[in-house]
Amino acid sequence: MQKKLFVILSALILLSLVLSACGAPATPVAEKVTITIESWRNDDLSIWQDKIIPAFEAKNPNIHVVFAPSTPAEYNGVLNTKLEGGTAGDLITCRPFDASLSLFDKGYLASLTDLPGMENFGDVAKSAWITDDGKDVFCVPMASVIHGFFYNKDMFDKYGIKEPATRDEFFAALKTLKDGGETALVMGTADQWESATMGFQNIGPVYWKGEEGRKALIAGTGKYTDAAYVQTWTDLKDWAPYLPEGYEAVKYPDAQSLFTLGKGAIYPTGSWEISTFEKDATFKLGIFPPYVEKAGDTCYISDHTDIAIGLNAGSAHPEEAKTFLTWVTSDEFAKLYANALPGFFPLSNAKVTLDDPIANEFLSWRQTCESTIRDSYQILSRGEPNLENELWRVSAAVMNLSLTPEQAAKEIQDGLDKWYKP
Amino acid sequence: MYERKSFPHYIFVFLAPAVIIYTIFMVYPLLNSLRMSFYTVTATNQEVFAGLDNYVKLFTNSNFAPRFFGALKNNFIFFAIHMVVQNSIALMLAALISNEKRRGANFYRTVYFMPTVLSVVIIGFIWNLILNPLWGVSKSILEVANLGFLFKPWLGLPTTALPTVALISVWQFIGIPMILFYAALIAIPEELMEAATVDGATAWGVFWQIKFPLIMPTVGIVSILTFVGNFNAFDLIYTMKGANAGPDFATDIMGTFFYRTFFGQQLQLGDVSMGSTVAAMMFLIILTGVLLYTFVWQRNVQNIEM
Repeated sequence: MQKKLFVILSALILLSLVLSACGAPATPVAEKVTITIESWRNDDLSIWQDKIIPAFEAKNPNIHVVFAPSTPAEYNGVLNTKLEGGTAGDLITCRPFDASLSLFDKGYLASLTDLPGMENFGDVAKSAWITDDGKDVFCVPMASVIHGFFYNKDMFDKYGIKEPATRDEFFAALKTLKDGGETALVMGTADQWESATMGFQNIGPVYWKGEEGRKALIAGTGKYTDAAYVQTWTDLKDWAPYLPEGYEAVKYPDAQSLFTLGKGAIYPTGSWEISTFEKDATFKLGIFPPYVEKAGDTCYISDHTDIAIGLNAGSAHPEEAKTFLTWVTSDEFAKLYANALPGFFPLSNAKVTLDDPIANEFLSWRQTCESTIRDSYQILSRGEPNLENELWRVSAAVMNLSLTPEQAAKEIQDGLDKWYKP
Repeated sequence: MYERKSFPHYIFVFLAPAVIIYTIFMVYPLLNSLRMSFYTVTATNQEVFAGLDNYVKLFTNSNFAPRFFGALKNNFIFFAIHMVVQNSIALMLAALISNEKRRGANFYRTVYFMPTVLSVVIIGFIWNLILNPLWGVSKSILEVANLGFLFKPWLGLPTTALPTVALISVWQFIGIPMILFYAALIAIPEELMEAATVDGATAWGVFWQIKFPLIMPTVGIVSILTFVGNFNAFDLIYTMKGANAGPDFATDIMGTFFYRTFFGQQLQLGDVSMGSTVAAMMFLIILTGVLLYTFVWQRNVQNIEM
């Protein structure tokens, strides 16, 4: 009898141990609420911690904000897993268009249409984070980035090269630099996305005439096999001889270091590099917009609505998170953000003056050139195979000379035809 | 009076911790992922039973089939390189260090085993640096030896990337088969070798006629461990080449294919049901290998009692 009792008792104790381990007791509500931001901008960690968050906390002493970024390439995967598991932070940094829209459709992002401060944004700014019927806005637009070329001014002066404006001038400059024994064009294809983002989407809009070409693709009147796209890939192929030796295995940080160490001349990229380059480069930096075919042609730039911030529908502190989001819509935030992160241009209607000269030069292209966004982001990335990922793969393969521009165009269009019916 | 002992029910209490923990963290997730491979998830997050649709899609859909069979082929190449290079060199090293007359055997044993205890991330980082075409040491070392023409972006070319990554993995893990072979070799009684030597056998003959047949069970274990490890491999390729396993999927194996499918990559969203289907296929492949080992190899290999 006693033995039986012992068995039952020990079983109960064990069970209670297991149960207590499963359900941790609810923590008492602290006075200070902590909200967490999910982001892929791990490069900006110190700016958020030292400049942006303290400015917010000074006004809202009862809210503590934590900026918790992951690496850019992993962000979407990590975020989706966290959202599915219910462990994601209160505020979600939003990728533009389809990636965030699907999060909203699945109920992971809350609607922010009624958020106080949303009226500070125009339709273009909101276009990347709005449902197709225009009813719900689900992220507060933060910034756009502009593509272009950085160059080493000292090296250009040494060879007497001027900023190239046309395709011929660009390749002539590359040739002069290469003949002089320099690494003319700094870029690698190992991480794949550089070839698509910094190559294809950078110089392409000039050929496909920006929005005109992008909308034609969506309408189905344009195809990736059209001359404009093949020409873009042909240019990338022609870049190959001017890239650093072994560029097939050169990664993005390698290329950044090579350029900031002064060992390369031209670096195709975008405005997001400004703060890193200004910090590390020991020479004079210059920028020029994507080259055109003939002198006097209209120039087109990729002015990509890149980053916004939304509310996790499952957040435990939605009110505090909304307080933060409303602050993000304010002029104060726009000013702070634009100047702390030169190269990320605010999307709100606030009049912001930038202190950084290079950032101002990038911004001035909005006046002289036509703006567009990356053509693979809106609508066209909804099916499989994923257009953006395919663009990475084929653009890298074209630069590695393992695909011809025509093959690349055909593979992309075939992939799109599989699921996209305009 | 003699009383027949009742079944010792308290055994369940002692078994409970292990069974509960193992069930929660191993059995349940495994069964649940197998279950999910028979379901699809709709846009509104509803699970719908789909039968074998996911498997049909994996084998026939033009988005999945080329990636799946590509990853499978690469995985077999990856495995073949390990079997041929890793396990034969490991056997040779084990034979060398198990020779008691060789000086410094303990030192070499430690040195060969060292990379195994390092983190994969460190290994990936170091080799990425060594082979880096911009700052890597491989180029300058080759040029010193007048072999500069051998320099290539080994990790960047579709033809060389997979063998390069496989050889780095071999370099890291060679210690494990080596120690297993070593343990088996030193367990062989000295008398056998002495008798053979007296009968006039050469060292070469002793190894192949006496030692090798005696360590056949270990050869089997090493092979199956290599097989399971290679078809579960993911971390080194993810560290060195990312989830896209570039260039142009040249280093894509089952692990990276699963990761991309399940968790998504950049703008492509994760697909839980297709990811589970890939995971189920990995499970099936490994299961087949282990069953072959258990029922074919183990029954046909003599286990000699010593």
